[in-house]
Amino acid sequence: MNILSVENLSLIMDEKRILDNISLDIWDNHIHAIVGHNGAGKSTLASAIMGLSGYEIIEGDILFFGESLKNLSIYERSKKGITLGWQEPARYEGLKVRDFIKTPSKLNNEEINDLFRMMGMNPAEYLDRSIDKTLSGGERKKIELISILAMKPKLVLLDEPDSGIDIASIEKIFEAVKQLKENGATVILITHSKAVLKQADHIFIMCCGKILAKGEPEKIIPVWEKSCTPCNHKNNPNENELGEIK
Amino acid sequence: MSDKIIKQMYDEIGEDKNILKNKNVAHLMINYNKVIGMNGVPGLDIDVKELDDGIDAKITLKKGTKVEKPVHICFGMLYKDGVQRIVLDINIEENAEVAVLAHCVFPTKNKIKHIMDARINIGKNARYSYLEKHVHGEYGLIEVYPKAKVYLDEDAHFTTEFNLIKGRVGLIDIEYEAFCKKRSILEMNAKISGSGDDIIKISEIGHLEEYARGALTTNIAVKDKAKSSVFNKLRATGAYARGHVDCKEIVLGEAVASATPIVEVLNPKAHITHEAAIGSVDKKQLETLMSRGMSEDEASDLIIKGLLS
Repeated sequence: MNILSVENLSLIMDEKRILDNISLDIWDNHIHAIVGHNGAGKSTLASAIMGLSGYEIIEGDILFFGESLKNLSIYERSKKGITLGWQEPARYEGLKVRDFIKTPSKLNNEEINDLFRMMGMNPAEYLDRSIDKTLSGGERKKIELISILAMKPKLVLLDEPDSGIDIASIEKIFEAVKQLKENGATVILITHSKAVLKQADHIFIMCCGKILAKGEPEKIIPVWEKSCTPCNHKNNPNENELGEIK
Repeated sequence: MSDKIIKQMYDEIGEDKNILKNKNVAHLMINYNKVIGMNGVPGLDIDVKELDDGIDAKITLKKGTKVEKPVHICFGMLYKDGVQRIVLDINIEENAEVAVLAHCVFPTKNKIKHIMDARINIGKNARYSYLEKHVHGEYGLIEVYPKAKVYLDEDAHFTTEFNLIKGRVGLIDIEYEAFCKKRSILEMNAKISGSGDDIIKISEIGHLEEYARGALTTNIAVKDKAKSSVFNKLRATGAYARGHVDCKEIVLGEAVASATPIVEVLNPKAHITHEAAIGSVDKKQLETLMSRGMSEDEASDLIIKGLLS
């Protein structure tokens, strides 16, 4: 079953077309990955699904359980169960980790403590700290994932979930992604990392605002490695090259 | 009557007044121009004169005295409007150490002007911490004018923080100036949120001698038609003086904010930095919280609460 459908979506940002007639289906309770080089439009697509500001949809639609998201605010989308984890999570001077997590949480304190432990963190060391520059990017990323797990969402967009994470913590991030799926959520991973791709059930390759290929990891990871690593068309694919990859 | 007023003050503050029953906790309770409660501890002298429109207090902490528990001071003006003038002469002698928790409680509909004029001397290697929390009514009728001259001797340490924890600002006009001798440390913080037609004015100035260190930090949030202006200045005259001036202001609605951080360095071996940021709530912070199920207003309030905490 589709949880989300992107239909012929074109989008401009600062008068530049970033997404070009994109269509894709996101299946319920699967881990999807969207892979592509910098500038491919992956994060913009995630932003469009979440409804972030700064771009204009010029064509197409995004449907969540068959209902258009186009005119809904971020808040309204999140109330429907959609959320986003940023590549570099925001810092908040003075805002305590406890308050940040408590806000969306549908869990009790002990369940939240269990999430900290799952991420390899001692809750007592973190709950009363501020989400500011005293926390590393990796710590903020793990706290963001805890807050996402605690809100029990239906659709989670994770932008570069391994960025800024030390090797020892990457497995914890992947564990959290699996936990989201076990909880019934659908996950979309935005990435250009093979390690992240391996977590997915289904992958889309994006380039220049288009979907170039899609399929199971066993089929798509070799295509990505052969044709996109390094990029053979310098982020400007012509029709022949598109044909080859497809 | 005094007990009733003290209870009302502590109810407004949200703290337990029974702390004042502890003989080891020094306190001074003032309502308008009357002393309604006072307790000293060894080494701490409190001498208060009642004026026509306030009080004149001389507080001395004797050399080498370390007061274990924070001293509670409460200035209130219940059941009355008009001017309350507080004159403070505070002397923290050499090697002495004390923390003061001051509450200024003006929760009523009355039009009140609270003027504090303080002179604070902190002796060699002494430490003085002054945390001032205000509780105002919701009507914007309070005017507060805290003025202080602070003199830090060598190796002294002064920390002060001003917080409005409840109610409308009305008008707050803070003027602090500190003179810091060798190796002394100065930390001045103000965290205030204004709304309606509130006016917030802050002027904090620090003069740093050799190896002295100073930090002036101001976090302000204004909305509706409130106005804020911050003038913070660190002036380094001595070698190896270090300092930082930091001002963050969040502006919403038709509010107006200005910040003037000034650094003046008169010695090439001194180093002072500054940072000022004024704007609406950070977009990424806002959108993150909204993506976690908060409305825009709820998210803004939480971000501002954090900034002012």
